[in-house]
Amino acid sequence: MAKKLMKGNEAIAQAAINAGATHFFGYPITPQSELIEFMAREMPKVGACFLQAESEVAASYMVYGAAGAGARVITSTSSPGLALKQEGLTYMVSAELPAVIVNISRGGPGLGNILPQQGDYFMCTRGGGNGDYYHPCFAPASVQECADLIVEAFDIADEYRMPVLVLGDGMIGQMMEPVEIPEYKKYVPNKPWAADGNHIARGVHNRINAMDLAADVLEAKNNKIQAKLKEISEKYVKYESIDVEDADLVLVAYGTPSRACKNVLKKAKEEGLKVGLIRPISLYPFPKVAFDKINPKCKAILAVEQSCGQMIEDVRLSVLGKYPVEFFGRTGGNPIIPEQVFEKVKNILGGTK
Amino acid sequence: MAVVYKKSIALTDAPLTYCPGCTHGIIHKLVAENLVELGVYDKAIGVGPVGCSALCDFFFACDMYIAGHGRAPAVATGIKRTHPDKFVFTYQGDGDLASIGTAEIVHAAHRGEKISTIFVNNAIYGMTGGQMAPTTLVGQKATTAPYGRSEEHCGKPIRIAEMIATIEGAKFVERVSVNNPANVRKAKKAIRRAFELQLEGKGFGLVEVLSTCPTNWGYSAVNALKWLEENLIPYYPLGNYKDY
Amino acid sequence: MAKGKLTIDSEKCKGCELCVNFCPKKTLELGKETNTKGYFPVTVVNDECIACGTCAIMCPDSIITVEKE
Repeated sequence: MAKKLMKGNEAIAQAAINAGATHFFGYPITPQSELIEFMAREMPKVGACFLQAESEVAASYMVYGAAGAGARVITSTSSPGLALKQEGLTYMVSAELPAVIVNISRGGPGLGNILPQQGDYFMCTRGGGNGDYYHPCFAPASVQECADLIVEAFDIADEYRMPVLVLGDGMIGQMMEPVEIPEYKKYVPNKPWAADGNHIARGVHNRINAMDLAADVLEAKNNKIQAKLKEISEKYVKYESIDVEDADLVLVAYGTPSRACKNVLKKAKEEGLKVGLIRPISLYPFPKVAFDKINPKCKAILAVEQSCGQMIEDVRLSVLGKYPVEFFGRTGGNPIIPEQVFEKVKNILGGTK
Repeated sequence: MAVVYKKSIALTDAPLTYCPGCTHGIIHKLVAENLVELGVYDKAIGVGPVGCSALCDFFFACDMYIAGHGRAPAVATGIKRTHPDKFVFTYQGDGDLASIGTAEIVHAAHRGEKISTIFVNNAIYGMTGGQMAPTTLVGQKATTAPYGRSEEHCGKPIRIAEMIATIEGAKFVERVSVNNPANVRKAKKAIRRAFELQLEGKGFGLVEVLSTCPTNWGYSAVNALKWLEENLIPYYPLGNYKDY
Repeated sequence: MAKGKLTIDSEKCKGCELCVNFCPKKTLELGKETNTKGYFPVTVVNDECIACGTCAIMCPDSIITVEKE
């Protein structure tokens, strides 16, 4: 397929359809509305099902029902909507159902505003619902990456029977870039565990549920979930790393703020400062391994986030005190300005050499 | 010897976890018997609730789901939209459907989802231990209404069948009871009618079944049936509210 | 009158007495021995059964099979 100029929201939608998504259930919320509108327009053209739910909670359970019945299903929302979907998500983790959940995040807490913010890092990576689990979560920084990560998210979800998140922010949802969407592939389900009404032919009735009353049974399920997450943590670590081997300071940023950080790297080079960048693409699993390659004499790590500092906790857990970890963040929808980050870099490194 | 009555093949051998005399078991049978008699057991998919029947996935022999509290109609929507050729029913109690799940049931009806809902109303939360439901009668005692439900404090009980019947997409709504053999037979017919409606592709069907909770009401199983007849039926009139 | 035969799965009986209450011929009563769950299961106490099926229809646990001669 030739490159096409698309918004991130649209690229996600088209990539999902081309990945063979059979069902979309969602509820309108800014700034992801182009996504749901695109689905409403395009899904019927390939015989797929688009349905607008009465609420995010209901949408998450329609996903639960369709996923349990063997569908390839996706839902999308924005921050407060994802908070509402957590109920269905924790049920899906327990019932071991595959689905892709897109969060085009906005300002918070509460209703916040509709500007880009990265305040949902904890909610997306930690498992925002009740119980012991994490969400595999991927964060694109370009429209092309939006498309590519959606396709992969579906495959990981199916492989591990687990909801997988793609976390973009309002900026990436709205901005246009040339993108090549992978070719359309019809989805052929192979899910013998699905409760699809074929109990007679199967000879046993399948049960999709999220409750295990016996302590040992529930512990076994928890162990299974943890084992799946461990395997995902080994297989699906994704990151971009630039110039960390001889850096005096390494920036860490994901999503669109990482683009501002790349400009900081250029500026630093011009002024003779050695600054590197780690851009986590998988937020869970967090790319700890990327930090092993940092120059041992590096003076500091600087986490740059459009939040009050959430990913920074994973950064600290990755360097384990080896380097001081500093923070630069903006909230409320204020963008990360390269000049401001560079000022912070210079302050940390003690001014321009 | 000819068999007059035996356990439905749409029920598993698992012993029911309901209290002695709880009429959930009777309603399970009516659902199962109708599935078999209508020839849809081999393509049925059920969705159970949170509450006493949260274990009904062990009891119905067809493919089963247990939804989050109140969300069964949304789950059923996802299933039916994936397999429009299958037969999909939800089985929900009054805490589930009439309290936390009002949005889901109203909108499944509003969309005219081609599913059938069995709504079991026993005017109390059973599994959690006898708390007040939206369907608890005024004056009826519950663990969270220890002095009896007060109209001033929490209003009068909600009548689901009447409410759902006002929704365009709901094509069959009936309230029945299982307090005696004659009413059990009527309940079975109503469930059959709701199921037929789904098979005809007409829209959403709901059967509200007045049921007992001997344990939390504090009566013997037999006296609970009497209490139902004398107290629930006068407030929740039996009968058909809609048949397209 | 038809003659009926009742088969009771005593292990699954919870002794709720709904069948006892609705039997028109007073054919069922709670037994004197408990099952392994500690309930007193119903037993057939006379041969008046007319195979009407009422006991089975009202039995929440589907433990009664009714046959007719």
